[in-house]
Amino acid sequence: MLFFSYFKELVGKEVTVELKNDLAIRGTLHSVDQYLNIKLENIKVVDDDKYPHMLSVRNCFIRGSVVRYVELPPDGVDVDILHDATRREARGS
Amino acid sequence: MSTGPGLESLVNQTISIITNDGRIIVGTLRGFDQATNIILDESHERVYSTREGVQQLALGLYIIRGDNMYVWLLRSVVGELDEELDLVNDLSKIKAHPLKPVIH
Repeated sequence: MLFFSYFKELVGKEVTVELKNDLAIRGTLHSVDQYLNIKLENIKVVDDDKYPHMLSVRNCFIRGSVVRYVELPPDGVDVDILHDATRREARGS
Repeated sequence: MSTGPGLESLVNQTISIITNDGRIIVGTLRGFDQATNIILDESHERVYSTREGVQQLALGLYIIRGDNMYVWLLRSVVGELDEELDLVNDLSKIKAHPLKPVIH
């Protein structure tokens, strides 16, 4: 549940999601759910000459299981708070 | 979203799906469930290749199992028709490698 809560804090920020098929999509985080499925708005595909497959698309839903990375804005991360939360979560379980 | 993916607002809209094996399927969303299994009506597949322009293969009514799909591309509501026309016009000129399959 930690990362679900963490991503909820990041709603509205711009993130880049890299998928397990090497496609990378940049967009504004619209919502996230318990499976870490991600909805992005106003998307732009990174390297869109190679991937014109999503030309007319503004928003997308990405299944959590196919995400490799989520790149976050550096100032969107409070590392100390994340450390504390992770320690608490580890202790709790 | 513990009731499942927030897809109610998309029912009867045109959407594109990218599947596990890298195919793109376009159709009208008719229904879905908690596992993201979906019913897609009037669907067609768009095949990209580097040699020819995009091909469209008509498929009809499909049920796609949730664990085979990984990205849903939602067409914007505003200007949806115009964008569709643009895309159709340029499809024959688009050449690209097909998408890679997902490797877990």
